[in-house]
Amino acid sequence: MVSSPGKRLISLARREALWAYAFIAPWTIGFIIFTIGPMLASLFFSFTDYNIVDSPHWIGITNYVNLFNDDLFWHSLKITFTFAVIALPLGLVFSYLIAVLLNSKIAGINIWRTIYFLPSVIAGVAVALLWARIFDPKFGILNPILANFGIKGPGWFSDPDWALSALVIMSLWGVGGNVIIYLAGLQGVPTDLYDAAKVDGATALQRFWYVTLPMTTPVIFYNLVLGLIGTFQYFTEVYVISGGTGGPARATLFYNLYLYQNAFRYFHMGYASTMAWVLFIIVLCLTLLIFRSSEIWVYYEGQLKSK
Amino acid sequence: MTESLKTPLRTKPARRRFRGIQTQTLILKSITTFILAAGAGIIMIPFLYLLSTSVKDRDQLRQSPPPLIPMAADTVIINGQDEPLYEVTMDGKTSQMALIKFRPGGKAWFVDPTNPDQTHELVIADQKELRHVKFHFENYPEALKQMKFNKLLFNTLLVTFLGMAGMLFSCSLVAYGFSRFRAPWLNILFILLLSTIMLPSQVRLIPTYVLFNKLGWVDTLLPLIVPQFFANAYDVFLLRQFFMTIPLELDEAAKIDGASPLQTLMYIIIPQARPALVSVAIFHFLYAWNDFYEPLIYLHSPDHWTLAVGLQTFNALYAVNTNYIMAASAVMILPPVILYFLAQKIFTQGVVFTGIKG
Repeated sequence: MVSSPGKRLISLARREALWAYAFIAPWTIGFIIFTIGPMLASLFFSFTDYNIVDSPHWIGITNYVNLFNDDLFWHSLKITFTFAVIALPLGLVFSYLIAVLLNSKIAGINIWRTIYFLPSVIAGVAVALLWARIFDPKFGILNPILANFGIKGPGWFSDPDWALSALVIMSLWGVGGNVIIYLAGLQGVPTDLYDAAKVDGATALQRFWYVTLPMTTPVIFYNLVLGLIGTFQYFTEVYVISGGTGGPARATLFYNLYLYQNAFRYFHMGYASTMAWVLFIIVLCLTLLIFRSSEIWVYYEGQLKSK
Repeated sequence: MTESLKTPLRTKPARRRFRGIQTQTLILKSITTFILAAGAGIIMIPFLYLLSTSVKDRDQLRQSPPPLIPMAADTVIINGQDEPLYEVTMDGKTSQMALIKFRPGGKAWFVDPTNPDQTHELVIADQKELRHVKFHFENYPEALKQMKFNKLLFNTLLVTFLGMAGMLFSCSLVAYGFSRFRAPWLNILFILLLSTIMLPSQVRLIPTYVLFNKLGWVDTLLPLIVPQFFANAYDVFLLRQFFMTIPLELDEAAKIDGASPLQTLMYIIIPQARPALVSVAIFHFLYAWNDFYEPLIYLHSPDHWTLAVGLQTFNALYAVNTNYIMAASAVMILPPVILYFLAQKIFTQGVVFTGIKG
């Protein structure tokens, strides 16, 4: 029996689709068990009183009302935003400039790249412990170095007014990850654009401003979005340095640390879920805002061609 | 006549301009090198501090400012006891003497080692303590013993490599599914997958914890390993971008030879995608090795800790022993640093990041 070509085509397409679904099954199943399911569950928990031992008890919007009356919630939000507003732009500019320097054709450039990327591979507890000691006002190494320049260094992690600044300095040391991504973007700028600009008599600064910068806006955008999300996840460094308290005087009580304390120290799982959802909505809004603004300042090569 | 005259006249300023540009680039390159060198110096300071502190003895930890090079006092045995040696100036003559007893008023008794019975009372501040370079390498085994390093290392390796196997296995399958097939909803599912990169992990944290708690997996390594077998957006995306660059002709040739899609993946795609697989494996290693948040939440008893949690606790308990903490930290950062130097090309040439170029 000969099946009609049309039928055969349909069954081929169906077979192909079945293969596709089979191959992506690990992710689909994981997405349901570890993403969508927990997301909905935490939305439900956010309306309950839940301490993990007893079953969740529906209390309506009480958690949300309590949260908005919780001084520590606002405080932790303020700390996180302050850090984001300072560390994020500083880190983006800093790593971009380093990437531009590392993209130049000078002797031994690979050695420089190696050194600059090195800190980014060793994030975590060891680094936090190291910096906590470097910043130590008495036995540390930073204040003696500053003293050589006639600067009297502050108490850093023992001074509520300076703890955040210390974290910003720490984060600048680890910008190598951003630099790698920028460097990939810089190397992707077609050289004929530079040649064309040179023929038109553009100076080095003009070439940077009118060619390099616009052509790398997608990478800046990428680093900005991931950096923003990273800031709201900021945890290990402050946990290790403050011993989980967010001290001194709650100066490093980041949002994520306060959420952790509620969930796993006090076992206020419902309240912590509320915090998680509020965080989710904040991050979602900020991300949408950045995506919206990207239409103005991010340049995609494909766009012009289609216009 | 006019032509031959014009030509050299015209080229002269052009050549001068060219030479001007050359010196300009030379200056620019020198400045670049200088800035890079200065920055590199600053970047290396913490590493130097880490290594130097890790081989100091306890007395030196209390010195402010901390000495860069670990030193120990020269000593001499006087009446069966180790006493520190000083360069002493007395009656205009300098000699080496041992300090045997502190006296009030910043003074001390000094004796000549060759004549230990005659003491001289002198102001300590006027004398120079004699020191020599001394590395206390024994800090390393001592620190590792105290923090029960072997057990922690075993757990960390288990989490890292089992998780890596799960990630490579699941992400290869999923990336293949997203790069080589047409099916309804596949594009929407892919966008859904990408959007999870931007999802703050806290929003799924608590129910996931509750789930693992119900399964009795809390305080085991399973919550850190099992989810890796269900793929993750970041690695799937990178692998898919790479798979797309592998020519389709190879797939089709295999298909004509009667290979199933699974065989095509195993014998055509995977061997071709080795650089990408190595890259995501390395990045997974770094992630799992350094991860602190999840081990902190799930692992409660010291026998199940990973290095990150163990090191944090070691510090919380023995923070004053900075030399031991730094020795343990140095050991903890060593594998990522070695891996980094071995796989430098992957980092510096950005194999993994080809996907996000504009």
